[in-house]
Amino acid sequence: MALARIQVPKEAKRGELVTVRVAIQHPMETGFRYDHMGRPIPKNVINTLVCRYNGEEVFRAEMGSGISANPYLQFYVLAADSGELAFEWVDDAGERGSERVALTVVV
Amino acid sequence: MAGAAAGAVMAHSRLSRAQLAIQPVEPLIQKLTNGARVREGRVTVEIPRLADNGHAVPLKVTVQSPMNAREFVKTIHIVSERNPRPLVAAFHLNPHSGRAEIVTRVRLNGSQRVYAIAGLSDGSYWSGSAEVEVTETACLDAT
Repeated sequence: MALARIQVPKEAKRGELVTVRVAIQHPMETGFRYDHMGRPIPKNVINTLVCRYNGEEVFRAEMGSGISANPYLQFYVLAADSGELAFEWVDDAGERGSERVALTVVV
Repeated sequence: MAGAAAGAVMAHSRLSRAQLAIQPVEPLIQKLTNGARVREGRVTVEIPRLADNGHAVPLKVTVQSPMNAREFVKTIHIVSERNPRPLVAAFHLNPHSGRAEIVTRVRLNGSQRVYAIAGLSDGSYWSGSAEVEVTETACLDAT
């Protein structure tokens, strides 16, 4: 689906705070707009985004039409073990997207 | 000139939403917390004092919490008092988050106070808010 840009440092020390930045290309249609024929454009937003760190959920966002187009999220994860951060999201139309980022934890 | 502007808005009835009045947020907050008492404090909402475009207003919410296994922030809800859908977003955190801080960009339908409500692991709720002046609302865009 949509293009996503995810920024996570490649390396972190154990116990260090890792800044995660996610930007996904998506119109986040509010459902309040009309097309040029005057027909309402149905609401379609990325309603859920989940971030898992080595399989364990560390962050979940439930979003509505109040989140801007091309949603941007910045949050934190505590570095524990080397592995990967897996991101999954779904919009109102049922379209899914996912992305994986490797994170190496040094002692 | 104000009359001309009002006329332009009236000409597009679908834009009348842009004039949506400020709604009380307490009923929604009470629903989110299942009626629990919400105390003011521990939550900081950072938003520009003046946003000249309501389509994408940077928003940062920070909650004071050690974020360890015993004491952490479970949820952060963002509530707008003027948007057609007042619940902007809900974020779920846990001790693996390390820090209870979220940055995002929100749509705002006009000048208003934006609230953040944090639900902690001990069952308590805390809130913070910030006032923002929006000169061009997100809902006036008819493109």
